[in-house]
Amino acid sequence: MTNIPVVSAEFHERFAHREASGNKAIWALLDQVKDPEIPVISIWDLGVLQDVNAEQGKISVVITPTYSGCPAMREIEQDIHSVLEQAAYPNVEVISRLAPAWTTDWMSPEGRERLKEYGIAPPQRVAGRKLQCPQCGSSDTTLISEFGSTSCKALYKCNDCLEPFDYFKCI
Amino acid sequence: MNGARQKLLDFVIAQADDAMVLGQRLSEWCSNAPYLEEDLALTNVALDYVGRAKMFYEYASKLEAGKRSADDIAFLRDGRDFRNLLIMELPIGDFAFSMARQFLVDVFNLEYMALLQQSSDAEVAAIAGKAVKESRYHLRRSHEWVLRLGDGTEESHARMQKGLDELWGYIDELFVNTDAEVALIKEGVAIDRALLRDSWSNQVEAVLQEATLSKPGVEWTVTGGRQGIHTEHFGHMLAEMQFLQRAYPGLEW
Repeated sequence: MTNIPVVSAEFHERFAHREASGNKAIWALLDQVKDPEIPVISIWDLGVLQDVNAEQGKISVVITPTYSGCPAMREIEQDIHSVLEQAAYPNVEVISRLAPAWTTDWMSPEGRERLKEYGIAPPQRVAGRKLQCPQCGSSDTTLISEFGSTSCKALYKCNDCLEPFDYFKCI
Repeated sequence: MNGARQKLLDFVIAQADDAMVLGQRLSEWCSNAPYLEEDLALTNVALDYVGRAKMFYEYASKLEAGKRSADDIAFLRDGRDFRNLLIMELPIGDFAFSMARQFLVDVFNLEYMALLQQSSDAEVAAIAGKAVKESRYHLRRSHEWVLRLGDGTEESHARMQKGLDELWGYIDELFVNTDAEVALIKEGVAIDRALLRDSWSNQVEAVLQEATLSKPGVEWTVTGGRQGIHTEHFGHMLAEMQFLQRAYPGLEW
């Protein structure tokens, strides 16, 4: 089966906003900030990074927290500060915006691809379709637990290669 | 602080206390669950609740203009100042009891938070918007467990039934509005709890039937959490929850 790349309407909107922003260099710097639990994807890929504003030497970065209790959010905030400080932007404010609530639809197509390479099945919206094992590609998979190693993941196993794997839950 | 703002603050703190206390109870399962995956699941749900509490406490702190921090409100108040519903503070019991509680609370929370997303208070609506997504998969899981234990072995059935019987007297309180809520309902800030009762009963009864469990008879019912009158278990829970901040004020990770 060929994989047709699908970009969600929600991601398209984010992407258009980023493209239209005048602070390209800062957006690019922030691509260095990774999810501390899944270091292959950036906060942009994850859909956490929403906006960048620069006014009179002050940079404000708007992020949307993923899960209410996700302990990674605090680390992400600190990482944003340190990346921008190293690039000689000392005056930085990180604003946490709750609404609209974070959704996996905001994730970038590149981020989804990297999750898969990393061994985590990316979130999928299509109901009824079996998850694909990120190791061997088989669709013969079973849910082990609604919760995996972090709030955002569920635990599955592949009935063909018998390996367990994480699935990034769709919310 | 004017009257309207005080009512909003009372409402927000009660919401925070509900989430904090249930989150703390769930965290007691850490390393004690029946098997590893369940251990992860219970502590993840605990984390969702603690996160929900944090958002409400932070909003409360903002409403007080920073007089107390979110941590101060959570960790430096005495039992009588907590406004959580009694069902949240009951000890975890056995696994069946804990899952029965989650199920009864999840059915309520999903519907309540879905409505609270429409609150005229933007901050309350935003927090509810996050909570509703989490409640959706919380319920998926607790529902599964009620079915599996209820329609399982003789032992699991008996334990699930016992859990429900012990919890039933605390259900009424879910549907009682405080004075602050009554005022806030008029302004479109809060949701009328009483209106959720029928839908809650229908959903719960359908699942109990499918799980071959009986709806407990009403023998007694108790309220008081919203007035700060708690069960005898609550002080013990707080002693553990607040120990670090009491012994080492201002301590951070």
